[in-house]
Amino acid sequence: MIYYDRVSKVYADNSVALEDVSFSVEPGEFISIVGHSGAGKTTLVKMLLAEEHPSSGAVFFESMNVHEVPLGRINMLRRKIGTVFQDFRLLPQKTAYENIAFAMEAAGRDDAEIRSDVPHVLELVDLTDKANNFPDEMSGGEQQRVAIARAIVNQPDVIVADEPTGNLDPVNTFEIVQILKKINDLGTTIILTTHNKGVIDALKKRVITMDRGRVIRDDREGKYIL
Amino acid sequence: MTVKRIVRAGFLDFWRNGFVSLASILVMTVTLFVVGTTMFAGVILTSTISDLRDKADMSVRFTPDAPEDQILGLQKSINALPEVASTQYVSADDTLAAFQSRHQDNQMILQALDELGTNPLGAVLDIKAKDISQYDAIATFLKQQQALSTDGQANIIDSVDYFDAQHRAALDRLEQITNSAQRLGLAIILILIFTTIAISFSTLRLAIYTSREEIQVMRLVGAARFYIRAPFMVEGVLYGLIAGVITLLLFYPLTYWLGRSTADFFGGINVFSYYLSHFLLFLGAIIGTGVVLGAVASYLAVRRYLKI
Repeated sequence: MIYYDRVSKVYADNSVALEDVSFSVEPGEFISIVGHSGAGKTTLVKMLLAEEHPSSGAVFFESMNVHEVPLGRINMLRRKIGTVFQDFRLLPQKTAYENIAFAMEAAGRDDAEIRSDVPHVLELVDLTDKANNFPDEMSGGEQQRVAIARAIVNQPDVIVADEPTGNLDPVNTFEIVQILKKINDLGTTIILTTHNKGVIDALKKRVITMDRGRVIRDDREGKYIL
Repeated sequence: MTVKRIVRAGFLDFWRNGFVSLASILVMTVTLFVVGTTMFAGVILTSTISDLRDKADMSVRFTPDAPEDQILGLQKSINALPEVASTQYVSADDTLAAFQSRHQDNQMILQALDELGTNPLGAVLDIKAKDISQYDAIATFLKQQQALSTDGQANIIDSVDYFDAQHRAALDRLEQITNSAQRLGLAIILILIFTTIAISFSTLRLAIYTSREEIQVMRLVGAARFYIRAPFMVEGVLYGLIAGVITLLLFYPLTYWLGRSTADFFGGINVFSYYLSHFLLFLGAIIGTGVVLGAVASYLAVRRYLKI
């Protein structure tokens, strides 16, 4: 379903972010990408969202070349990919409910759908009682759960989580990973980048290990080895 | 549904950036005001010129004892000239009556007329040429007629008054000035429009900067580019609408105040009554310009932020 074909990225100052990266992701997989900071994990993820363009090679999503999608239609691609980030990226002047509803509005869903789906995803991330709280009234873990709810509410095929636990303590980290596992069990493909050893060792899923822009390991049931 | 959300978001941005909105509206008002003023100036100048051109005619005064049939014969041959648009014959009696009514308050003149006993005034033939430049040709024709008639009969033409070359040169000059004034006005308008676009552009960029998180999230969740851009265009259109209404309101007392003096000075056109009678034209031109300006400025402003 996702296929990186010999992708390289060299920036203008000749620094190499990715070098000849190839791998594929099957539907329903839960894959973790690990590596030190600067190993190229985030660049890899941005490629899939067409926020970055490869210097050479190609990225395919459901057999279409992501970087040949015209700018006016890129949003249709992004609707199929839910995103979660380390810094949550919630809108501070909107409540948890409104943040999630906003994503549905932007995707063109009608009001009836919004009214029925938002409480459902809030329940999935266990935040029903925080629906009317603003982001600054919630803990980091709760904010990240809102972000996950927002990412899944439009029922994407893939969730891309870029260091989602980077700002969280171990308890919240564990909760977030449990939620991602639950979403994966419901059939959504998950791509997780992290440098948290505990997360990887607890998951027992496929692990791709990166170092200085290259894939150095790809283990079916991996451990954090660096 | 989408339209509703877009309009709502546009209004929300408008309120949230209150000061920025105010600045944009003021700048736009200035531009629209200049647009409106130029419209008025154009109307006044062209109507004054055409008024002057219309007034330009030729009066042929005849001697008091000129026989009427000769005058009518001359009128016929003048009518046959291709340059002539129309002629009007005013008999000696009518001329006298007009003269008397014009001086009915002046007993001295009326008494002097009575004393004379006979009508000292001759008949008049008013001639209108098709174009102001053709009076010379008609005058030449009249001179020829006079020259032909000198041998046999007495000369019946007393004098010929018309817009000669000098008058015409003055009028042409006035027209030239009007044209260059209009060109200058157009240049000023273009500069102001450019300024408005530039200023609205940067104020809107400010508004967009405050919404950049929202734009980023919208992009993340796959909002269409139009959906991201449209609220800002709604905001720009709103600026234009409000600035247009302010300008229209400003013109009301202004033209009322200037109305009488322009009517006296420029001969006939009262800007106030013109404003009222052509209100729809002004409404369309000013609000239309404002709305288009606002939409274009915001379209351009967001464009730069959406190139991703």
